[in-house]
Amino acid sequence: MRVNGAEVEAAVDPRTSLLDLLRETLGLSGTKKGCDQGACGACTVLADGERILSCLALAVQYAGREITTVEGLAGPDGPHPLQRAFIDHDGFQCGYCTPGHLCSAVGMAAEAARGVPSYVTADLTADRVVLDRDEIRERMSGNLCRCGAHNGIVAAIAATYAAGPGERA
Amino acid sequence: MTTSAHGRAPVGPAPENWAGPVPDPLTDPARTRRIGEPMPRLEGLAKVTGRIKFAAEHAYPGMLYAALACSTIPKGRITALDVADAERAPGVVLVMTHRNAPRMNPMPGFGSDPKAGGFDTLPVLQDDRVHWNGQPIAVVLAETQEQADHAATLIRVGYAPEPAVTSWEEAVANGTAPTTIYGGPGRRELGDAEAALRAADVSVDEVYRTPYHNHAAIEPHAATVLWDGDELFVHDTTQMVAHSAWSLAKIFGIPEERVHISAPYLGGGFGGKGLWWYQVLAAAASRLAGRPVRIALTRENVFRTVGSRARTEQRVAIGATADGRFEAIIHTGASATSRSADLSEPFILPAQCTYAARTFKLGVEVAYLDMMANTSMRAPGGAVGSFALECAIDELAVKLGMDPIELRLRNEPRQEPIDGRPLSARNLVRAWRAGAERFGWDRRNPTPGAVRDGEWLIGMGCAAATHPYVRSPGAAARITLHRDGRAEVEVAAHDMGMGTATAQTQVIADRLGLEPHQVTFRFGDSRLPGLVMAGGSQQTAAIGAAVAAAHRELLAQLLKLVGDGSPLGGLEPDQVGSLDGGVAALDDPSRHESYADILDRAGRDRLVAEAVAQPPEELTARSMHSFGAMFCEVRVSSVTGEVRVTRFLGSMDCGRIVNPRTAASQFRGGIIMGIGLALTEELVLDDRTGRVVNASLADYHIPVHLDVPEIDLIWTDIPDPHAPMGARGIGEIGITGTGAAIANAVYNATGRRVRDLPITPDKLL
Amino acid sequence: MNPFGYARAADAADAVRLGSAPRAAYLGGGTNLVDLMRRNVVAPATLVDVTGLSSAIEERPDGGLLIGAAARNTAVAEHRAVRARYPLLARAILAGGSAQIRNMATVAGNILQRTRCPYFYDVAGSRCNRRHPGQGCDAIDGHNRDHAILGGSPACVATHPSDMCVALAAADAVVHLRGARGARVLPLTELHRLPGDHPEIETELEAGELITAVELPPLPPGAASGYRKVRDRAGYAFALVSVAAVLRVERGVITAVRLALGGVAPKPWRARTAEQALLGAPADPATFRAAARTELAAAVPLRHNAFKIELAERTVTAVLADLAGEAR
Ligand SMILES: Cc1cc2nc3c(=O)[nH]c(=O)nc-3n(C[C@H](O)[C@H](O)[C@H](O)COP(=O)(O)OP(=O)(O)OC[C@H]3O[C@@H](n4cnc5c(N)ncnc54)[C@H](O)[C@@H]3O)c2cc1C
Ligand code: SF4
Ligand code: FES
Ligand code: FES
Repeated sequence: MRVNGAEVEAAVDPRTSLLDLLRETLGLSGTKKGCDQGACGACTVLADGERILSCLALAVQYAGREITTVEGLAGPDGPHPLQRAFIDHDGFQCGYCTPGHLCSAVGMAAEAARGVPSYVTADLTADRVVLDRDEIRERMSGNLCRCGAHNGIVAAIAATYAAGPGERA
Repeated sequence: MTTSAHGRAPVGPAPENWAGPVPDPLTDPARTRRIGEPMPRLEGLAKVTGRIKFAAEHAYPGMLYAALACSTIPKGRITALDVADAERAPGVVLVMTHRNAPRMNPMPGFGSDPKAGGFDTLPVLQDDRVHWNGQPIAVVLAETQEQADHAATLIRVGYAPEPAVTSWEEAVANGTAPTTIYGGPGRRELGDAEAALRAADVSVDEVYRTPYHNHAAIEPHAATVLWDGDELFVHDTTQMVAHSAWSLAKIFGIPEERVHISAPYLGGGFGGKGLWWYQVLAAAASRLAGRPVRIALTRENVFRTVGSRARTEQRVAIGATADGRFEAIIHTGASATSRSADLSEPFILPAQCTYAARTFKLGVEVAYLDMMANTSMRAPGGAVGSFALECAIDELAVKLGMDPIELRLRNEPRQEPIDGRPLSARNLVRAWRAGAERFGWDRRNPTPGAVRDGEWLIGMGCAAATHPYVRSPGAAARITLHRDGRAEVEVAAHDMGMGTATAQTQVIADRLGLEPHQVTFRFGDSRLPGLVMAGGSQQTAAIGAAVAAAHRELLAQLLKLVGDGSPLGGLEPDQVGSLDGGVAALDDPSRHESYADILDRAGRDRLVAEAVAQPPEELTARSMHSFGAMFCEVRVSSVTGEVRVTRFLGSMDCGRIVNPRTAASQFRGGIIMGIGLALTEELVLDDRTGRVVNASLADYHIPVHLDVPEIDLIWTDIPDPHAPMGARGIGEIGITGTGAAIANAVYNATGRRVRDLPITPDKLL
Repeated sequence: MNPFGYARAADAADAVRLGSAPRAAYLGGGTNLVDLMRRNVVAPATLVDVTGLSSAIEERPDGGLLIGAAARNTAVAEHRAVRARYPLLARAILAGGSAQIRNMATVAGNILQRTRCPYFYDVAGSRCNRRHPGQGCDAIDGHNRDHAILGGSPACVATHPSDMCVALAAADAVVHLRGARGARVLPLTELHRLPGDHPEIETELEAGELITAVELPPLPPGAASGYRKVRDRAGYAFALVSVAAVLRVERGVITAVRLALGGVAPKPWRARTAEQALLGAPADPATFRAAARTELAAAVPLRHNAFKIELAERTVTAVLADLAGEAR
């Protein structure tokens, strides 16, 4: 498995989730455990660029995959624009849901760029997705935030991806 | 006023008595540069890059993982406990039950001592008794979490159940009992309210119900514990480091200094993160095993072993004259509690302060259930009490044929309604007017069900928000001033996401005349001075007052260091203040000397000033509350009864706002939790067994992004002369009023009055 | 979680071979199975990972689609042909769970996901016939707001939680199976069983039988289709009631209709009684409502879920009215 660009090898108990592998075995505690039940999104990581819930992913099932966590979002020239936008728009309070939100939004932008519709997309056959507030809100509804940073989160995502799906502002 | 070359005045010592006529110099905008700035969170970058470590993210060599086994009956005795399979399971190091747990003292109940922090006073794993359904009965320690979790499922338990009270109806039928509100009276009366109600021209008299609520912080409770001899170190997630440390010391019978708790960051708290069973169990098990222990509660554990907001049933009756003056306000009822918590949900708080009336009858009682100890959750009392009160006012407005804002304005008090204390910077009327204008309240059609867009009915509603100003005694601060002009300020306070560290850095910079980058604010550690609980929205004031006291001490010490050659020579501490990285005379700021020069000349590397905040006399002398006017617009599907909040405005009156960016987030956070309270949240306890039914985040519905509209905010920003920096609390008020504003908007949209929360689709069919 | 072994199936034959081991279970995205294992509801000895099976979405000569069992929910919902020709299916999938879950979940796993009845999940503390036959059902006299009004039995009143299946039921989908005794097909509406006296037997699948694909015949030409889900919050929640429908109206008369309900029954509920009332009738709200009523006449409400009858009736009426507007 590759994690944030680095090859990792670990012999794991088949019971170990990808989340626990990251947090306990690899010491990458940036990815959070909010429920371990698939119900909060805090554990969201990218597997080959797709957002998934690492708490319901058995690590063994992800052998050979490319995993990106919050620790791997930043580029060589500093934080990812979305990370900066979260700071600028106060898109968090306690910060516990934040890594999941960040990975989720990155995956969400890629989905939108491919034209994946959402439940609130009026025209399912449209080629382009316009990431307006409702689309962002629906598409990010799998990430809970109890502090209530929703407005800032949506604003940060809109600011980052408003230029068009998948493009960074 | 005398100002410096930059046009600013020195910041002199804060008042000795916050109830007195002299306000904190920092209430004066001319003396502040950083207060009022939207400074981004200091820890922002660390949070967005995943570098912050939470309680379950510290690893130690030899650390064991804990898992809990919990009771499945509400009350009775454990008659059989077979742990053999669990002990034999791979990786298991210890199975701790009441049989082998070390003897410990009961949890000191919150309020029983200024430092007591337990919300459940039961002894932990000391006997075979079961007090609630879900109570921990065993702890398994193993080399990995997977092993511990598995072994915990192998424990077999037999019970001798005893009759238990697990339904609300039964508890109420058994009779409710009078109670207190944080040690104060649980009953307040003025005149004969029942008679006044009967005689009133117009009246409403209704019962409102609110269910149990769970804090549902996204970070589950967790602790990593280590013993070193008889010293206990805990990485915890707690809103009360000092209380927890003292209480753990009592429980284990060791001196307070031997317990050290570190909790710099919390993944949310909302009242739920205090001292519960898990820390005690982890510490006890770690001691037995002789190894460090990580206990990370599962989400189900959180629902079953950490207290929630209690269910309530509230009667609100209001009698008014034909022109809408309140003759009587009656707000009574009961909330659920366990014998081991004995904690009311003080829903009469809003009725005590929001409106004038000729007579009052307010009272909270408790109904006892055999359930997990309940606890405080964001705006205890206010969140659910304002729902009942502010809906009743809306109902009365309908009966009077009067605009609900006008009705509220007509009953604006000129003093604290029941005891007559003078009001302190109450500007709710202004908040109503500004809010109504910004929201476009005049566009509301008062006729229910009259506005429609296709299948969607549209309505507007409003309600008052309120939360008391709180400042508990015992906060202390230590300022260490370095020769290079930097200052470190240490307080045993907390930042669970409110932005405390950022806001306090701004305040400290202004108080000491420094730049924020010269200030280091240290918090979240029981070894730091004082006793500040992150509760009651009090931290801004509590820390502010403690730092103010330490600043007073610092000025005195600095003056002792200056010699005759100094421009400050001959001045007394109350004649000087901080300005531009040094000390200046209040009446002549050109008499100034920098901290660096003073320390240099005195040959000191640093200067340390520590002090305890003045006792909170302002609390008893004045009527001090944060207020707000909440406005919302909803759309209700006439087909399915689904409710969507489409617009929301909070027009707040909370004194001075220290940091508009983090304050806005606090208000929004409260309002969003209020949307959950209004529409989606209900923790269900099975009537037959007292067991939490929906013990998961899939089944306990907190609002998701799609439930949350863009929330608009404005505030009066008028300083309260009796609060440090002029700032009253902002953390909890957002959830108050919101439930009623939404329910009132739903009524306006549909003509349906829902008096039992949450307003789920089934209630609007 | 109990310890278990893990094996990855190379193809369907391999999967069936591995799946014939005692206490083996197929693993799709794991979004349901891992959760159930972690909560000790199920404890397989071996997991046979079937995500390597076909995930292809092929167009059939008849205009239908064949969807590989391992196709992810997102892949199905975003597929051009699904969006254009089976809007009810795209919309139903998109209504389920969250994007993360849909990225993980497979078609087969979604079909075979277990009920969300909270008592079913509470292994230590609640009784459940579905989990432990004969133990009793804590839901029937307990908190049953989310439970079934149709198709329940005194043994079990759980609902099937899938959104996708409701659309599949309305789309006349057929499930392709493969087991030790060979391959067969089964209409989706016949895959899940009603609880009766044996709630523990949830489907017609034989032990070790594998879902290999789902086949969608073309919808009636000229028909409109849609899906609507009613829930307790705006997103990321299971259905209180959901409705999938296919409707064709010609000169004001209903000439083709298929209707299925979710959130109301232990299986995706194909509303054939209502369909009979609708076919050939004028496409107006009165017809729609009356048809919904006939379907729901059989409903048996429990203590907390009587509202679902009214809610289902209203939602059916609204969905059909919408489609009639579209189809006209
Ligand atoms: C918080 C949360 C919310 C959700 N909300 C919704 C919702 O709103 N609507 C909704 O529809 N769903 C919802 N889901 C459920 C989700 O859709 C299912 O978990 C998912 O579809 C299961 O697919 P999977 O591939 O992950 O299955 P798995 O979990 O891998 O497997 C599920 C079952 O299918 C069996 N199985 C898998 N593949 C095969 C095969 N090829 N042949 C035979 N048996 C097989 C497994 O053995 C297992 O019994 C939610 C889930 C969660 C956790
Ligand atoms: S309804 Fe079915 S699944 Fe739920 S407890 Fe009863 S038997 Fe079990
Ligand atoms: S921890 Fe994975 S969804 Fe909550
Ligand atoms: S910032 Fe605390 S949960 Fe989202």
